[in-house]
Amino acid sequence: MDFGNRSKARSKVDESNVTIDEHYPHRLQLYSTPPSGTISLQEFEELAVERLKVLKAVETIGITHQKGTPKYLELLTKEISATKLKDSILQKRKLPPGEEVENRVRDHISHFILRLAYCRSEDLRRWFLTQELDLFRFRFQEENTESKARFLKCAGLKYKPVSTEERDSVVKELDGTDHLTNTTDLEYYKVPFTEALDLVRGRKVFLRAGFAYVPRDDLVSILLSVFRVQLSHALAITARALPGMEEDGRLLPMLCGLSKRYLGQDYSVKKQNVGVVTADMIDMLSKKSFPLCMQNVHVHLKQSHHLRHGSRLQYGLFLKGIGLSLEEAVKYFRIEFMKSMDVDTFDKKYSYGIRYNYGKEGKKTDYTPFGCMKIIMNNPPATGDSHGCPFRHFDTDLLKQRISSQGLTKEGVETVMKYTKGGHCQVACAKYFELTHGISDSGTEVEMVIQHPNQYFERSQKLLNGPAKPSSTPRTVKIVSSQSSTPGSSGGSAVVVKSEPIDEDMDDDMGFSATELASLDEMAAA
Amino acid sequence: MAAQSYDPNVLPDLLPLYYKRLFPYGPYYRWLNYGGVPKNYFTHREFSFTLKDDVYVRYQSFADQQDLEKELQKKCPHKIDIGAVYSHRPKDHKTVKSTAFQAQEKELVFDIDMTDYDDVRSCCSGADICSNCWPLMVIAVKILDRALRDDFGFEHLLWVYSGRRGIHCWVCDENARKLSAQGRSAIAEYLTLVKGGDSQVRKVNLPDRLHPSVRHAVNVINSHFVDYAFKKQDLLDCEEKWKGVLAVVPSEVVRDCLSRDFVKHGKDTASRWTILKRRLTEGKQESMLKPYVEEEIKLQFCYPRLDVNVSKGVNHLLKSPFCIHPKTGRVCVPMDPKTIDDFDPMDVPTISGLLDELDHVEVGTKDEQGKRVRDYKKTSLGPYLETFESFLKDLEGSRKGKLIEQSDIKMEF
Repeated sequence: MDFGNRSKARSKVDESNVTIDEHYPHRLQLYSTPPSGTISLQEFEELAVERLKVLKAVETIGITHQKGTPKYLELLTKEISATKLKDSILQKRKLPPGEEVENRVRDHISHFILRLAYCRSEDLRRWFLTQELDLFRFRFQEENTESKARFLKCAGLKYKPVSTEERDSVVKELDGTDHLTNTTDLEYYKVPFTEALDLVRGRKVFLRAGFAYVPRDDLVSILLSVFRVQLSHALAITARALPGMEEDGRLLPMLCGLSKRYLGQDYSVKKQNVGVVTADMIDMLSKKSFPLCMQNVHVHLKQSHHLRHGSRLQYGLFLKGIGLSLEEAVKYFRIEFMKSMDVDTFDKKYSYGIRYNYGKEGKKTDYTPFGCMKIIMNNPPATGDSHGCPFRHFDTDLLKQRISSQGLTKEGVETVMKYTKGGHCQVACAKYFELTHGISDSGTEVEMVIQHPNQYFERSQKLLNGPAKPSSTPRTVKIVSSQSSTPGSSGGSAVVVKSEPIDEDMDDDMGFSATELASLDEMAAA
Repeated sequence: MAAQSYDPNVLPDLLPLYYKRLFPYGPYYRWLNYGGVPKNYFTHREFSFTLKDDVYVRYQSFADQQDLEKELQKKCPHKIDIGAVYSHRPKDHKTVKSTAFQAQEKELVFDIDMTDYDDVRSCCSGADICSNCWPLMVIAVKILDRALRDDFGFEHLLWVYSGRRGIHCWVCDENARKLSAQGRSAIAEYLTLVKGGDSQVRKVNLPDRLHPSVRHAVNVINSHFVDYAFKKQDLLDCEEKWKGVLAVVPSEVVRDCLSRDFVKHGKDTASRWTILKRRLTEGKQESMLKPYVEEEIKLQFCYPRLDVNVSKGVNHLLKSPFCIHPKTGRVCVPMDPKTIDDFDPMDVPTISGLLDELDHVEVGTKDEQGKRVRDYKKTSLGPYLETFESFLKDLEGSRKGKLIEQSDIKMEF
């Protein structure tokens, strides 16, 4: 990242209009090359803060409203208009070329500053990537057809429409099901399926012999995946280059502050937290303070004395996050599992996974509890599974029944169900929280946003016990129970007893290739 | 039949002989070596063994066929898993930096397990299978085989019966082996229609327009539906069973109406299905129902249920063909998708049956060319080996074709 080498002040931009315009041929960009030029510290910070406001708006509105709907577009436009980047991002009015270019530069620079601030950890990168992609999708949608086509050309997507005969054969295949009513004038682009994965994933495209036939309107999806790959790769590289900036005592503290400002906690285990919850407290806590997703797994465990892989991960890490120590976790799961199997089977098959969650096996990474987005988006439950988000993965009838049994009023239930049906799982969950904790009634707007099951738990404990630490049980209980537990150990290091190779597969799915991650890790180790 | 005579307790005594005389090392190595063209493909491949008492040993790797042969005969693993091809020899993984040791390539794999169908089969549950639910696997092979070949353009598909309750598919094309984790999960999701856990009754939700691949899948199911759902499962036989089917109908009015009709007018599954179809058409005309409810029911009850997590990861392990299933004693054998209708899992040879057969074959016979005939060819494992050989022949043929193509390109310069 190089801001310092050019002596030319950016105020001279207007004079070199022609050359700069070559750099910014379109008001949208994929941010492939870093900006160069001089920038004052003050401007640096201002641009960063303003772009953060934009991304924050993208995030909150994306959670409460369905993306792409008129309401979403309207609200987002309104929020962005309130920031100083509005002319860079929204482009509602026609500006003289000089100002226009200036705006594009601001867009460009602010994006790259946040790259610096948000490249340091996986959670930060994931957040930044998601918001930038949503922002890009929003902006692309707002462009007119001609401008979209021009941008596709600028971005270097060199796909050609297929010939008329080939198109006709594709249309015939689709026509049998009146897949598209007006196919005569539609252009199709033939693209290797690996370049249109998002469309393939959602079965939104016709496939033949390894090629996806992408209608022109869907090319944006390909554009987005190009952007995603490029950005995620660039973030990994930026992270590697970051230590070089540490010498500059002015920038780094500011960047660190920036990334902390808007991303919530990651709920990884804090030292003072460990051991405040013991196995025998879980049942009681689950009724009062567990979010519905964790309550559901807990109830499932009590009933069937077994949990499948997805639930063990989601629930196990949550418990770790609320302060259950490894010994207590092994004890807790052993008590339940032993009602359906003998102790040997448990030690052999399941205690490995628990120790794995605590970073004692396999890759030995101290895993952090799953956030709501991860639970909602990744790994949906299949037959026999009990993990996932009830507001997303439950049938409406069952969900209704569940929340009704928690003593909510009829109106309360209806309000929660209304949010659920609108696809706003996290808002529904927040409403559910407010109602069960008696801090609002069914008529009022939802005030909080639930983004993490552990956040739900902590908020709940705070409300119930006052701002002090959640531990309300006598200390003696804790000491006694941790002594009585015997952590299952599997001895030898070369020979590992375990039955689920899938455990090794807990990587994130956000789009970092193995080599990129490797380089990051290497950097961290150095 | 040999299958009945297998006793899991004697497995440790039988395995040494199996690995000595029956395991098809030659063809097995030819498969995993892929012609030796990508150098190190075999030597950097992870194998994992499950030994006695469920002791699990990961990151085994072998220099060549002899090395593999020697090790298998020495360790006699109860189960063998195949993993990815890594950046370094897996057995040396402790000597390199953990971040440098990376899974690079693997076949695209699919795992379908009969346990995942427990809510839609009434004959068995858990690890059991019978001829009444096996058609689910036949349907799965047909649907996925078509989609992988026609939609994705893959050619080298190795279908395998796992030995107990499931089937695996190994897609061995070069571009499949090189797929990223995102590519794998995108394909797996494209092929997944049945979604949702126990807390979701309606597990298939079709859009208003059917995707061509879904239409093909429905056609496959249709060709089996009468035989499977009527004769074998007797899907609408009693109230308990038809409740499950009716729960999928998304309108309460139609549901109530149907359960009354079923009691009053229905005689058997066939007649009730006719009633169901008529009511659904009516419901559609009165726009009380969306267009594809009948298809949704069929898909929920018959469409293949993939374990997506197995397909997603490049480094995920999957049980190797030709090892013995410890519980049933059956060999994990290749299946030919073209004749999948005739495949009977109960006919698959068991280790004890095979060793019995060996007692009766002539040792050291030679064929017309004077080559020694391998023992496995003289047993009932033979036909399955032929399926494997023909898969290998195609694989090698395409490799040869590619080499010729490449050398042609070079000639032009």
